[in-house]
Amino acid sequence: MCGAPDQAVSLPVGTDLGKQTVLAGRVVAGGAPVGGAFVRLLDGTGEFTAEVVSSASGDFRFFAAPGTWTVRALSRSGNGEAVLNAEGPGLHQTEVAVA
Amino acid sequence: MSREDVLVSTDWAEKNLGAEGVVFVEVDEDTTAYDGGHIPGAVKFSWTTELTDPVRRDVLSKEDFEAVLSAKGISNDDLVVLYGGNNNWFAAYAYWEFKLYGHENVKLIDGGRKKWELDGRTLTTEVPERKATSYTAKDADLSIRAFRDEVVASIGVKNLVDVRSPDEYSGKIFAPAHLPQEVSQRRGHVKGAINVPWSKAANEDGTFRSDEELTALYGEAGLDGKKAVIAYCRIGERSSHTWFVLRELLGHKDVKNYDGSWVEYGSLVGVPIELGASA
Repeated sequence: MCGAPDQAVSLPVGTDLGKQTVLAGRVVAGGAPVGGAFVRLLDGTGEFTAEVVSSASGDFRFFAAPGTWTVRALSRSGNGEAVLNAEGPGLHQTEVAVA
Repeated sequence: MSREDVLVSTDWAEKNLGAEGVVFVEVDEDTTAYDGGHIPGAVKFSWTTELTDPVRRDVLSKEDFEAVLSAKGISNDDLVVLYGGNNNWFAAYAYWEFKLYGHENVKLIDGGRKKWELDGRTLTTEVPERKATSYTAKDADLSIRAFRDEVVASIGVKNLVDVRSPDEYSGKIFAPAHLPQEVSQRRGHVKGAINVPWSKAANEDGTFRSDEELTALYGEAGLDGKKAVIAYCRIGERSSHTWFVLRELLGHKDVKNYDGSWVEYGSLVGVPIELGASA
């Protein structure tokens, strides 16, 4: 497959957080989760890398590489972004507030 | 060819819901989104099970294409308006497949499902019932489809456009960053291919950039407008998006989609592969 997978499910079986760099988080508006937001992963130069749709609980996830990333969310509640600095493999989490 | 011949806006789509002779079709790899709500009257197409062969890795055969369209209630003279999630990738693939089998009257909704949702337009879970038709397809138009041998023979001859992300092109990662990186074929790109990620052709709301921006984009990337073009990605749907831009929006005459793409090429024995970022 190549399209964005369902973001509601837990990490795929066999995901090795000792090797993979996983960026994950939640889209919120006024503290409440925003489902159905379009969440875009931009690399350190601002270049588009991937896009998923947040789950009903606002969750999203990307499989990337160590580095500095921007997570940008577009939604009916507004847009917003957050910067994630992944120094190495593992699970890196953030919250993206939209307004 | 102008944009109006191949694209409709979400506004046009909303005004033409239920119009005689217009069939809206939502296409995606995973059709969960359709089940949760779709454009009123839209028919569901699963790219995975209804637009690709269930056994061979291939598009549908002509007969299967006819059977699917007939069952969905689509006639030869209907205007088919395609849209989907994932920035219209799979809708663009469907557009290419409809053109492959000679359905001329087909358009994309600019921005697809994302634009429709961000506009706050109505979605419904009501599934339309359409009477079956007897659809007749033409023989596949291979002037818009490239196969592996042609890709190898085109190295240094035609424009090869790799539309994947820079990290997939350079060989840093195997697959897009929203997927686990577990696949096992070789990394890199076809020797001599230029890298113009599909995403550069779209705005963040999923709509296509202007003709002026698109012309500048491919010109600056080194695409030679006097030579034929073959676009590829990983499984052929992101490259359908770029095929649409180059042929349908910018009017390049000879543009093919290599739907075998990197999943095929990166598994071939002995073919030229390069690693590293674009020059």
